[in-house]
Amino acid sequence: MRYFGDVAALARKDLLLELRSRDTLPAMVLFVLSTLVVFHFALPAETSETAETGLLWVALLFTALLGLVRAFVAEREQRVLDGLVLAPCDRSAIWLGKGIGVVAFLALAELVALPAFALFFGPVGWELIVAVALADIGLAAVGTLLAAMAAASRARELLLPLLFLPLVIPVVVGGVGASVAAQPGRYLAFLALYDAVFAILSWASFEYVVTE
Amino acid sequence: MTVIRARGLGRDFGAKRVLRGLDFDLAHGGFLVVTGPNGAGKSTLLSLCAGLLAPTSGELTVEAERAEIGYLAHEPLVYRELTALENLDLYGRLYRIPERRERIGMVLERFGLWEARHERAGSFSRGMAQRLALCRALLHEPRLLLLDEPYAGLDDAGTQLLDDELQMLARERTLVVATHEPERVSELATSALALA
Repeated sequence: MRYFGDVAALARKDLLLELRSRDTLPAMVLFVLSTLVVFHFALPAETSETAETGLLWVALLFTALLGLVRAFVAEREQRVLDGLVLAPCDRSAIWLGKGIGVVAFLALAELVALPAFALFFGPVGWELIVAVALADIGLAAVGTLLAAMAAASRARELLLPLLFLPLVIPVVVGGVGASVAAQPGRYLAFLALYDAVFAILSWASFEYVVTE
Repeated sequence: MTVIRARGLGRDFGAKRVLRGLDFDLAHGGFLVVTGPNGAGKSTLLSLCAGLLAPTSGELTVEAERAEIGYLAHEPLVYRELTALENLDLYGRLYRIPERRERIGMVLERFGLWEARHERAGSFSRGMAQRLALCRALLHEPRLLLLDEPYAGLDDAGTQLLDDELQMLARERTLVVATHEPERVSELATSALALA
């Protein structure tokens, strides 16, 4: 129970920081909205539903990347991550707390993005909503680990996309598949499996990322 | 009982060798003052003792759990957007300090930050930030204290406050203090390490 108390304290801290600084969420919302507007005007009228849905996933992926680039900014400034690493809590709690924050920001950005998609392109089905929710977990799990790795590097802005994008290709495959397939169950199960595998891997390996 | 034991301790950063062949012991209750010019490796040594860095050569044994170590770094290790109280509350939770609120109130009072407890750490002057960093490092009443330039940025009142605090801490804790002003702590020190 203490573990979850630590996670709650760390996640609450991230939400409070965002509430104060408003650094990340407005940028994510603005980015995803403008991307959808650009797609709306750039795509020809006869564009297929699959292509439109694919572009939504591209927009969501880069929105997540935008959030992840800033995920450890507060910890990097003033070397706060050292302070957290020295605390006697399980270090994976830092990953989980940060991951919950990332999921919350993504979900809030999608609360704007999905109605905008419905407005510009077409209706949003339940399968797309479930797929997006599952994808958020996977993106946050992998992204938070990689963002912590990149935070320690000088070329962090370059390193994070290079590591993150190849690893989340399965999320796009599963997300687009679940959104357009006649039977989305298989794709949703694939997304859930991806979440489980990468969440466990990230949870177990975070300690080695933040310590020498 | 030895709290810190170093044998042939070395640390490189890429091609740059910062520490080399360092041997020392620090007994329980001891006060080690570490001196040396900029770049001599004082901060690196403290980071090694805190467990934030790993040695590249030699051995370093620190007989203290993470919860028993208090570490004051160059940076205050606090969130700029959180208030002094919120920062200490977060650390208090992570260190599972019993009667957390009382303890936080006590250290804030002691370091003269009680009135500024609801102000964001980012708005603090250098001296206030250093006081907050000291509050954070001492909050959980660590058995082993690693202080990197503890006097940095402190005004006369803050310096006097820290002198008194160190005098008290030296009686019951093990301390490693890296400083450019060894004369301030020379009376308390039980051993000294000069890095070149």
